[in-house]
Amino acid sequence: MTRKNDLFGFETRAIHAGARPDPATGARNTPIYQTTSYVFDDVDHAASLFNLQTFGYIYSRIGNPTVAALEERVANLEGGRGAVACASGHAAQLLAFFSLMEPGAEFVSSRNLYGGSITQFQHTFSRFGWHVHFVDPQEPENFRKALTPKCKAIFAEMLTNPTGIVIDLEAIAGIAREAGIPFIVDNTCASPYLCQPLEWGADIVVHSLTKFLSGHGTSMGGIVVESGKFDWGQNDKFPAMTEPDPAYHGLSFYETFGDFGYTMKTRAVGLRDLGPALSPMNAFLILTGIETLPLRMERHVTNADKIAEFLAGHPAVAWVAYAGLKSSPYHALAKKYLPRGCGSVFTFGVKGGYEAGVRVVESVEVFSHLANVGDTRSLILHPASTTHRQLSDEQRLAAGAGPDVIRLSVGLETADDLIRDLDQALATAARKDRSAAE
Amino acid sequence: MSDPADRENYPDAYILDILKRYRIVAMVGASPNWNRPSYFAMKYLQAKGFRVIPVNPAAAGEVILGEKAYASLKDIPVKVDIVDIFRRSDAVPPIVEDAIAIGAKVVWMQLGVRHEAAAAKAEAAGLKVVMNRCMKIEFGRLSGELSWSGINSGIISSKRKRLIA
Repeated sequence: MTRKNDLFGFETRAIHAGARPDPATGARNTPIYQTTSYVFDDVDHAASLFNLQTFGYIYSRIGNPTVAALEERVANLEGGRGAVACASGHAAQLLAFFSLMEPGAEFVSSRNLYGGSITQFQHTFSRFGWHVHFVDPQEPENFRKALTPKCKAIFAEMLTNPTGIVIDLEAIAGIAREAGIPFIVDNTCASPYLCQPLEWGADIVVHSLTKFLSGHGTSMGGIVVESGKFDWGQNDKFPAMTEPDPAYHGLSFYETFGDFGYTMKTRAVGLRDLGPALSPMNAFLILTGIETLPLRMERHVTNADKIAEFLAGHPAVAWVAYAGLKSSPYHALAKKYLPRGCGSVFTFGVKGGYEAGVRVVESVEVFSHLANVGDTRSLILHPASTTHRQLSDEQRLAAGAGPDVIRLSVGLETADDLIRDLDQALATAARKDRSAAE
Repeated sequence: MSDPADRENYPDAYILDILKRYRIVAMVGASPNWNRPSYFAMKYLQAKGFRVIPVNPAAAGEVILGEKAYASLKDIPVKVDIVDIFRRSDAVPPIVEDAIAIGAKVVWMQLGVRHEAAAAKAEAAGLKVVMNRCMKIEFGRLSGELSWSGINSGIISSKRKRLIA
């Protein structure tokens, strides 16, 4: 007997959603459909597929059975209607906006984003004629104040990378709703296990699947999830959704596909024409990762709590920005939106500034010095010298990537080993600092 | 299905029963234009074993996808199981009146089409009602075909056999 989706718990859905046994073979795990293309029954069937008039696969740039299982899995875990997976988190952001924007269109974004997203929005999106207004996300009203009649969306990271700001999802969603535009949330750092932004009124969620969802540092991937609740016909801001599409013989995506029209548009136009398809192999690895997402996130959070406490009491540490600490200004928002924990990506300030920061990341032996988050392995980074290097000094400070900032992504190793590693790295940095001063 | 707040939250078993039990569909508002949603919903349902009879006064007498179109439900010479309504919500009441009159078993209103009073009237006459859903999409969802497009079917099952095919 089938039951309604919401009667199953998160852990069950993390393993089963989108992945019924293969109907052709009975294979219990989702097969890796390593194929570029799919045969047509006849010319009429091919025509129906190309015209989006029947369901089915044509070419793996647009859809693939292994990738589709991943799409349904993540849509389910986020409480969404549908999803489009793609090659990376950056591709997901491009696709999410491509279905909304046109040359001259604008959007408002939190200024506290992954450094690569700031660059993408400011420099690369501007080549399409899309203009971003960055605001401080800590005051929701800032989003309203920055809105213009040309704005098509509000964008923010739920748990900001690297600053660990927790945004007031419900308040910002209300502002977007009043403006009649969708609220797009990057939920990468929280993962759907810790927070489901659609429940709080967000309309679209994007992820870098590369991070906690995949979880093992093996595979790049991104995804765009649609809530199915946004009314694209409420105003004339979204002709791409409501007007006849010349590339599909005048088909209107919202009229034809209703509450998953945005997903179909994003797949049939964005993914098809921009081309950032996810490989079936990566989809398989990410699906396997998601099966243990609940267990992994619990341990990520437990380890992060221990390490944040340790750092907060360390004499070489100036400050720790982790919403899980009671002293955090975001503690109240975290209790509301992240009751199961605040993830495991956070920053701290090392006494001694830029030079000391560089020395800490060069002295660790268990933490890996690299530019990623959400791995089983613990990771460390000095944003000012790496991910945020291309920004101006002013932008770096605004993004929480000042000279003394160290970012951690706490992994699943033994917590005491991680603490010992950081302790020796901080001691080494302090020693060198002293000897440099002498 | 009596609580209005829950009215559109149809259990899968309710939809499945309708899709498995009945085969003759009268599609009110069926278009002869090959690129209208009603046309390709009709084509899809035909491929899944339904007989779909178009009802459209503007196309009466024309043949759409091999089926003669009628001006009204009352003109159809065979027994109809499901009346599938591809019209604006305010056009629903007289269609429901006809559906009851011809002895249909189900009134099905398309995506975006809702009419509480007409639905209540149909239910009072013993008909089953589905509002704001697409037959093609629901068939695709329950057969697993909708999942091919990354859509959340809400189905969790360890069985190889599909619910409907």
